[in-house]
Amino acid sequence: MRGIARALTVVILAGAFLYLAFALSFGAPAASEMDDYFIGHGQEQTGANNIVTAVVFDYRGFDTLGEATVLFTAVLGVGLLFRKFSTEEDE
Amino acid sequence: MMTKIVRAAAGILFPFVLIFGFYIVAHGHLTPGGGFQGGAVIATGIVLLIAAFGAGEIGRRIGPGALKGSEALGLLLFIGTAAAAFGFGGTFFSNWLANGGAVFGNIVAFGPNPGDLNTGGVIPLMNLAVGIEVLGALSVIVLLMLKGVGEEAE
Repeated sequence: MRGIARALTVVILAGAFLYLAFALSFGAPAASEMDDYFIGHGQEQTGANNIVTAVVFDYRGFDTLGEATVLFTAVLGVGLLFRKFSTEEDE
Repeated sequence: MMTKIVRAAAGILFPFVLIFGFYIVAHGHLTPGGGFQGGAVIATGIVLLIAAFGAGEIGRRIGPGALKGSEALGLLLFIGTAAAAFGFGGTFFSNWLANGGAVFGNIVAFGPNPGDLNTGGVIPLMNLAVGIEVLGALSVIVLLMLKGVGEEAE
């Protein structure tokens, strides 16, 4: 009895997820004003043919700044973690 | 330290990996890719050298200090390029070189076109800065970790 209940739950949950996934129409997002703006104005405003790079380095520059800072902090952390091993030879 | 064959092959391959990485960085505003991806490719070349010659040898030749320095230099160049917009009456991260007619300032045509390397304003400069930073960061992470686990003992 419990097995049947479990199987039913799985089937109902899977059906709900699949329904949600297939109810959306592919290639037609609900809001595309931002995409249209970037595609329409990116080349004249930034001079870059690659719209992805234009977004990453120009329109959303602060995001890239955070990303670069995260990388810097990661290296600081690795240097801190392995500091003991790397200075052992010198002492 | 691997065998002589691996070392010779790594020595032959390394310049091509470098050229490919710099190509991805330099063409970041025209083709897929950019600073992060190109820097990762160059770091892959350095990791190839580390795998072939050993972390100790490469650490003595290049040194974690130089790689850490290039990482910090890249981040400073990135922030400096963004902050230089203040001097041209723009806001932080505004593209003060685009469509200016001078360096990286050519006007680009709308729609699909082959592209011109001399466009993009500050985007190529930022690509270069981020490329320098990523190549230093990824290489120094691999170098420090390999030294940490004592790869020398092999």
